[in-house]
Order: sequence, then structure tokens, then C-alpha cells
Amino acid sequence: MKTNVLYRILTVMVVFAGLVVWQGCKPKAPASVSMGDAATKTYVPPGKYDEFYNVVSGGFNGQMSIYGLPSGRLFRIIPVFSVFPENGWGFSEETKPMLNTSHGFVPWDDLHHIALSTTKGEHDGRWAFGNANNTPRVARVDMKTFKTMEILELPNSGGNHSSPFITENTEYVVAGTRFSVPVGDKTDVPISTFKENFKGYISFISVDPTEGEMKIAFQLKTPGVSFDLARAGKGKSHGWFFFSTYNTEQAYTLLEVNASQKDKDFIMAVNWKKAEEYIAAGKGEKVKAKYAHNVYDESSHTSTSEMMNEVLQLDPAVLKDIIYFIPCPKSPHGCDTDPTGEYIVGSGKLAALIPVFSFTKMQQAIANKEFEGEFAGIPVIKYEAALHGEVKKPGLGPLHTEFDANGNAYTSFFVSSEIVKWNVQTLEVLDRVPTYYSIGHLSVPGGPTAKPHGKYVVAYNKITKDRYLPTGPELTQSAQLYDISGDKMKLLLDFPTTGEPHYAESIPAELIMPNSVKIFKLEENKHPYAALGEGQAKVERKGNEVHVYMTAIRSHLTPDNIEGVKLGDDVYFHVTNLEQDWDVPHGFAIKGANNAEILIMPGETSTLKWKPLSTGVFPFYCTDFCSALHQEMQGYIRVSPAGSNVPLKFSTGKIEDQSSGAGQ
Amino acid sequence: MKALKPISRWLVALAAVLMVSAYFVPLWQILMWAPQYPEGLEMDIWINTITGDVKVISALNHYIGMKHIEVEMFPEFDYMVYIVGFLIGFGLLAALINRRFMLWAFCLLLVGTGIAALVDFWLWGYDYGHNLDPTAAINIPGMTYQPPLIGTKQLLNFTAFSGPDLGGWIFMGSGALLIGTLVFEIYSSRKK
Repeated sequence: MKTNVLYRILTVMVVFAGLVVWQGCKPKAPASVSMGDAATKTYVPPGKYDEFYNVVSGGFNGQMSIYGLPSGRLFRIIPVFSVFPENGWGFSEETKPMLNTSHGFVPWDDLHHIALSTTKGEHDGRWAFGNANNTPRVARVDMKTFKTMEILELPNSGGNHSSPFITENTEYVVAGTRFSVPVGDKTDVPISTFKENFKGYISFISVDPTEGEMKIAFQLKTPGVSFDLARAGKGKSHGWFFFSTYNTEQAYTLLEVNASQKDKDFIMAVNWKKAEEYIAAGKGEKVKAKYAHNVYDESSHTSTSEMMNEVLQLDPAVLKDIIYFIPCPKSPHGCDTDPTGEYIVGSGKLAALIPVFSFTKMQQAIANKEFEGEFAGIPVIKYEAALHGEVKKPGLGPLHTEFDANGNAYTSFFVSSEIVKWNVQTLEVLDRVPTYYSIGHLSVPGGPTAKPHGKYVVAYNKITKDRYLPTGPELTQSAQLYDISGDKMKLLLDFPTTGEPHYAESIPAELIMPNSVKIFKLEENKHPYAALGEGQAKVERKGNEVHVYMTAIRSHLTPDNIEGVKLGDDVYFHVTNLEQDWDVPHGFAIKGANNAEILIMPGETSTLKWKPLSTGVFPFYCTDFCSALHQEMQGYIRVSPAGSNVPLKFSTGKIEDQSSGAGQ
Repeated sequence: MKALKPISRWLVALAAVLMVSAYFVPLWQILMWAPQYPEGLEMDIWINTITGDVKVISALNHYIGMKHIEVEMFPEFDYMVYIVGFLIGFGLLAALINRRFMLWAFCLLLVGTGIAALVDFWLWGYDYGHNLDPTAAINIPGMTYQPPLIGTKQLLNFTAFSGPDLGGWIFMGSGALLIGTLVFEIYSSRKK
């Protein structure tokens, strides 16, 4: 008995001691405090400006946002693919056509990637392009007004992920489909006929060099795979474009497993100059396609949507030398070209190494016909023949690579949650820093250009967890800023981001700031319903439509008393902001409106449509605190029953004689 | 009467010719700053018009009942071109006639015109700052808003500055040149 008790006591003691030892051996939680002079490096004193504009995709909010670096402060959200009740984007009559598609009005999308326009491979500060991942489209934002000027839909695409990457001189914006889809007359087909009926399409959108207007120049009919990301060649590889592909297994279900079977998928190299030659030789085929082209006109402050009906296509399986495949390990995601244009980095998201391809070797391999076979009629270059080398054991789950001006690359690793710095020439890993948590894209200012600005790298993370004060199950997104000016990367700043940022670019403030528009000139306002002075304010009836030509200036709306509207009427408030002073927008909202408010910038005209559903007197007011007497900037509109004989009248500042107006 | 020295004759002509600049550059400027206008607002007075942030200034001033500034408010803009033209012509004539009394006359004419212009500007400023709309939103008893004639003055949230612009400085330069020439003439003839 006794020995039994002793044995038990001993056992408990051993277990306890073991627990203590085990606790002591537990690894500590990752250190997350930045060190040294980080605070002074990100501190922008009051009244001073950030060094960089950071143009960030909004992901599932469908917009672009503008931050400052190194402060990480959010300046603005530019509405692009999603309605924005805050300023009336997609609600005002002028902006509704911008969200028109071949599927009708689409109020939401998912904006993943940013491309800032370049000239000779360097940032020129003119436009920012963004892609719609869900209903395939590309948008162009003007960097003078930070306004979406154009949205072009893409036919024969199932999800525009591999977009909107641009060529060296912004000749083309590309759009590769993430989903291959059945196209043409044969779209009602069994999903299981994927290999036979599903096609992938890559669109090359030409950009007008002065106005920026976009047009689908041609589409390449490519095998039914998924296109993920892309980068243009530059310098010596200008004229080529590189796309990463996955699902070369051509699976149509449980892609998690079925698209991860092959050891290697492909980087697709496109010789677009060759494609241009074929088009010049009349080898393109015009194919019926329905897609919307929406353009915003700065002078009329109004957009129009045009439905296009055909697209020019090339079939690279027939027209040789446009496309080559390069094998790339394990479902490559990022496909990035270095500043010289010589190296193409493929990041297999399931790979444990990073292959770096050489453009020169690839050209030799094509010349020497070093092919390992064909895929859907397209030659596949031998892996070794195009390979510059592999970065060994860089981390787990490489996604994207950006570059600095000193020959270094920075690759994000989702699984091992880190940024790894390595040398493009020697392929040697130089440094690694953790990110919080699970980084997706990363961005070095000028990182995708021929002349990176360097200095910082920003991590756009996919998981936030404990980085900020918690706000319930739904959290803000997490970004980190690192200093890359030295040998070692240094964490400087954590900052929350809105939407769900994917890719972002940064550009020196001096390339944007001097061109930023302050007001729209009233004398250049060509809006058909503009009232360019209070004397032009009026109310007109056209059948069931009542058009109010309204003006707004500190601190009154003209007219601010309107009568004679009847039930069944559609009332259009065309509000012109008469201010010609910087940062004096006016807003307009009316009680019970089933849409939103409108914000009208100085010199601009914007229209809110209102359909009254009951009789009575409805208040309206200015929604943007414009002046000391902003709260006085309000008015009334009277709605009478259908068929009533209340005359149409309007005024501002007119005090009526009570005895005459009574009883009407 | 005494003839002028050749150098003086040239200086008189130069003073007259310099005044031609009045047709090409602004003569006077009014600058305003407020907490919400750190970049400042500017009003430039030319020989026949006013430019700059006139609309913005008018929009702000309507709260205290000041008149909307319009070019039509100023009859001066209709005849200032002729006055300056006359001055230039008179100066060239003085150089041509080449007598000291003409230099005296030109000097006095120019100074007299300058004083008259300032008096006229002050009178306008007095009316603009005092003659306020009684129904204005902001009415501070006893407060008037006459802009400074020359120099800086605080008016509610605005700091206002008034002073010569490039054309005004050239005008004053012409005046200084003439007075200098006159002094030189008198001094050098006494020496003899």
C-alpha cells in the first residue's frame, strides 16, 4: 500500500516538474515592437506632406484609396466599381452610366490591382488603372482630379484577375481571365465539357497616348486555363508580356485539389509586337461580342455608356510565335519582371523555391527550338533552357515580388508570413522580416517600373487578428511599412487599411501634387442643365418630369421654395455649385429620397432624381458643411396631388404676402 | 528759362516711357489671409480692371453686407487709361520742350495725380467698408470694414494688406526719378 502511495506521489511530482520544464521551453510570442528611430521616420509634422502618394486597391469595396507614405494616413477613397452614397457615385444621373455593363447596372465589384501609367517604363503620374475581378472590367482614374474617367467591360472573360498590368509606355493595359468560360454561340454547355468548350481570353486594351481613352485592340484566344497575374517586359524585353497560369490541369471542380496536381504550370510569354504584325497583315478575326464602354466627360460632368458589339481576335494556336509557355513550379501566382526587363520571377504559391527566368535565355531557347512539347498547340520551352536560377529555401508560399533600384528583390510569403529580400543576380537570400499576418501583395514605390524609387516596402496582409483594438468579428485590414534603405529591412509602422487591399503602387508626391485640380471652371461647364449664375436658376416642367436648375453658393440654394410638383412627377435637381474657391463643395439631399446625396465640387453640376411618393412639403438641404451659415442652407419643395392646379413656381428670398397666397 | 542738361532730358523721357508699363502690369494689390485661407486671397487692380480672387472675396464679404465687387462699380476704369496717357504725353513733351518749368510742371502733375488716386481709393474704401447692407447675416455694432489704404489691418478673421503692385512701384520710380532730376538740375545750376 505504502509503496503504492509513494509511487503515486512521485508520479505527480514528475509530471508537475515536466510541466514546468515544458512551459519554460515554449517559444515566446513573436516580438512585434518596432525599434529605434521608427517613430521619427514615419512622423509627418502637422502641416507637412507625405513623401509618396500610395494608391491602394480596395479589394471587395470595389474602390481605390489614397494614402500617404510614410505616415500611412488615409486621404481619400475614390469610387470606381462600387456605388458610393457618400458622394453620389452611381446614384447621381451623371454617374449611373459609369456602372452600366452588358448585364445592366452593376453596383459592386472587387478591385484587386493598380497600375500607374508609365512612360519609358517610369511613372508619369497621369492615370491609375484598376481591374474589376467579378464582372470583368478595367477602369481608368485621372490623377489630376482623382476621378474615375472611364470603365471598359471585357467580353469573353470570366473574372478579370490578371489585370490591369501595363506596357512600358502605357501602350496597352492587359486583362486576362481568371475563369475560362464557354464563349460565342456555344455557351449553354455541360460544365464537364470544360476541355472541349471552355476558353481563356487575354485582352490587350490600347490606351490613347494623350487622352487615355481605352479600346480593346485585340483578344488572344488561349487554352482553357486560369490566368492569375502578369507583368510587361521592359527595356530589352519590351514587346513581350508575361502571364502566370494555374489550373493547366483544366479542372472544373474542387480546384483546391484538382488544380494542384501538376508539378509545374506555366508562365505564358506573349510577343505582342508579333500580334500587332498579324493584325497589320489582316490576320485578326472580328467576332461578335457585347460589352459596355463608359466614359466620363469632364466638361459636361456627365458620363455616357456605349454598348460595343464586336472584338478583334487572334488564335495563337494557328498564328505561330505569339505565345510560348515556360514551365513554372506549382500554380504560379506572381509573375514579375525586374527593372532591367531581363529577369522574370515566377512565384509558385505551393512551391518551396522561386524560379527566376532569363529573357535572353528564353529568346535563345526559342531560336534553338528547345521545346519539351506542346500544350494545346502552343510550344512549351524547356524549363532549364529559360531558367536563370532558383532561389533556394526562400520561405513558404511565395506570392509576389517587387524590386528596388539596387538589384534586390522583395518577395512576399503568405504561409510563412514574411518578406524575403534576395539578390536578383546571385539569387542569394539577404534578409527576412515577419509580417502581421500572412502578407499578400507587397509594394515598393516604383517597384514594378524601370526606375524604382525604393526606400520603403509596404506589406498588405490578409490576416489582422490582434494588431489593433478589436471591433467584433469584422476587423480592419492590416498593413506594415518597412524601411529598406539599409541592408536590413526595418519595421516602421503598422497602419489599418480600408476595404481589403490587394496590390498598391506608390509614386513620389511631386509627380502628382502640382497637377491636382482645385476647382472646375464655371465658364467651362457644358452640362446641359447647368445654371451658371443665380439668374439662370429655374424650374421647368416637361410632361411628368420637373427639372430644377438649382444653384448653390455660400450659404443658400436657389431656388429654395418650389411649388407645383405633383404626385407621379419625377423631379430632377440639377445642382450647380457656383463656388470658384478651393475646397468649398456643397451637398444636396432631400427627405425620403430612395437613393443618396450628391456632393457637388466647385464649378460642377450634378443631378439627383427624386420621385415623391406622398403629398406634402419636403425639406432639402446642403449636406457638406460649407460655411458659418451652412445650417441655414436649406429649402422646401411642395408636392400636391396628381391633377391639382397648384401652379409651378419657385423663388429664393421672396417673402410672400400671406393674404394672397393663402388657401392655394 | 533754363534748358535742361542732356542727361536730365533723357531721364525725363525715361520717366515718361516707364509709365507705359501701367498698361501691362497691375498697379495695386490687396492681399488677404484668414485661418481658413493660409494660401491667401489676392486682388490686383489694373489700369482698367480688377483681377484675382474677386468673386471669392465678394462671396465672403456678403456675410457682413459689403457690396459685390464689380468692374462696373469703378468709373475710374473708364478714364484712367486717358489720364496715364496724358501723363506720358506730357512727360515726352517736357523732354521735347527742354525747359526747367516743364520739368517742374511734370513733377507736380505726377505727384498731384498720385495723391488724387490715393484720395479716390480711400474714398472708395470708406464707402465699401461703411456702406453695409442692413440685412446682412453678420452685423457687429460699431464695426466697419474699411480696407487699409497702404499697409496691414485686421478685419474680423482676415488680415488685409494693401500696397503698390509692380506697376505702382514703377510709377513711384518714375516720380522719384523726376524729383531726383529736378533736384540735380537745381543743385548743379546753383553750383555755377
